[in-house]
Amino acid sequence: MYFLLLHAFSQVTSDSAAFKSRKLRLDEVNLVSSYYTQSGDHSAIQGGIGSEKVTDLANGLELKWLGWDARGRKNTLTAGLGIDHHTAASQAWISKTGASRHTDGLRIYPSLDWMRENEKKGSSVSLGAYYSNEFNYQSFGLSAGISQKTKNNGEFGLKLSGYFDQVKLIYPSEFEPATFGSGGRGDHRDYGSSPRQTYTASFSFSQVINTRMQVSFLLDLAEQHGYLGLPFHRVYFTDGVDSVERLPSNRFKLPIGLRLNYFLGDRVILRGYYRYYQDNWGVRAHTASLEVPVKITPFFSVTPFYRYYTQTAADYFAPYGEHAHSDTYYTSNYALAKFSGNFFGGGFRVAPPKGIFDTHLSSLEIRYGHYTQTTDLVSDVISLHLQFK
Amino acid sequence: MIRTIVLCLGIASGVAGLAAGCTPVKEYQKNRLNDSEMSLSSRKVEKNELNFQSYREGASGANGGKTGGGCGCN
Repeated sequence: MYFLLLHAFSQVTSDSAAFKSRKLRLDEVNLVSSYYTQSGDHSAIQGGIGSEKVTDLANGLELKWLGWDARGRKNTLTAGLGIDHHTAASQAWISKTGASRHTDGLRIYPSLDWMRENEKKGSSVSLGAYYSNEFNYQSFGLSAGISQKTKNNGEFGLKLSGYFDQVKLIYPSEFEPATFGSGGRGDHRDYGSSPRQTYTASFSFSQVINTRMQVSFLLDLAEQHGYLGLPFHRVYFTDGVDSVERLPSNRFKLPIGLRLNYFLGDRVILRGYYRYYQDNWGVRAHTASLEVPVKITPFFSVTPFYRYYTQTAADYFAPYGEHAHSDTYYTSNYALAKFSGNFFGGGFRVAPPKGIFDTHLSSLEIRYGHYTQTTDLVSDVISLHLQFK
Repeated sequence: MIRTIVLCLGIASGVAGLAAGCTPVKEYQKNRLNDSEMSLSSRKVEKNELNFQSYREGASGANGGKTGGGCGCN
């Protein structure tokens, strides 16, 4: 793959006429790969108990073409393709006896984005289309955005997006006819599906404060409709009887974020982020993170980071065996429980001006993070980003 | 909800205050601001971290990524 990418750039001439009309040309290629492992004992499939062991290998390829039209407007076309392969011990328990044959799955998600920037006016428009498919879930998304720079080094942005999803109705085996099979991947062709729609309006405003500091304010308004749970998530009531998680058919989310970046001296950068979140299911959450890239040389930096997260429980959450039959809605999915989490780690980035070893590989970044929740969930993730120019 | 609106207005006022108090910066003075580490967006290498967080946590959004939909997460 690496040599193919080098070859792809070998015929590209340098860009010496940036503001003349120019057809789209391949300008940048990004490869991001991650390996994720997780352990825990609160599987939603078993009603809040059981192994949450997961591994996930995610690979994403992004190709970016740049061009200028006759009016000097910059056009950027970005095509992406992601392929993830995961294993999840809990999938075996879609079958009551833990006998579901497949405990792994593949997710494939291509995307296409186009943006036109008018650099004279400081404005841009963009469009995007997204698709995602995995064994129990299918999604199609569209987005449209605009942005406008201000005279004082600020920029407003608005992006509208809609996702039109289908959740495959794979219920735990005890709620299905015996002829439906085990519920694992490749064994569910007769299942129906239920729709889920998500509409989001994202507002942003960024501002340069001085020669060392810039901030951005982010606000999302998101409305979801349809089947918002997963049909193979069990709930156990106080009398030991089990059922399928039941959640409202709408959810309104309101996250508000603030980023602040500060260049301290000549070598250290402070990247701060805070987010407040609330929704109409009763979840309130705070997220705060700090990354500190330190430039060892102008082209080599190391980046330690720390992120703290805390949330209240959704109104509909209770642990294993604690829901009453009189409850209207119920779930034992610990993503909706009360907990806090810590995520910390570090990475390094190499980006010499002539490329690594004088090749088109313009930057290489590796990053590792360790995540713990007060629910006892523990995970590790290591990621690699290669950029070719 | 009122608390959220107040918080929203507070943050917006804070940003507006910062914007009002900002120093004019010319293009040639932006060498630090244009450093790739100063980007006001998530780093590409974080992409899959944001993805797993959206599965394991109840909150999402306001980070340049998705606020829901597109996957079997929240």
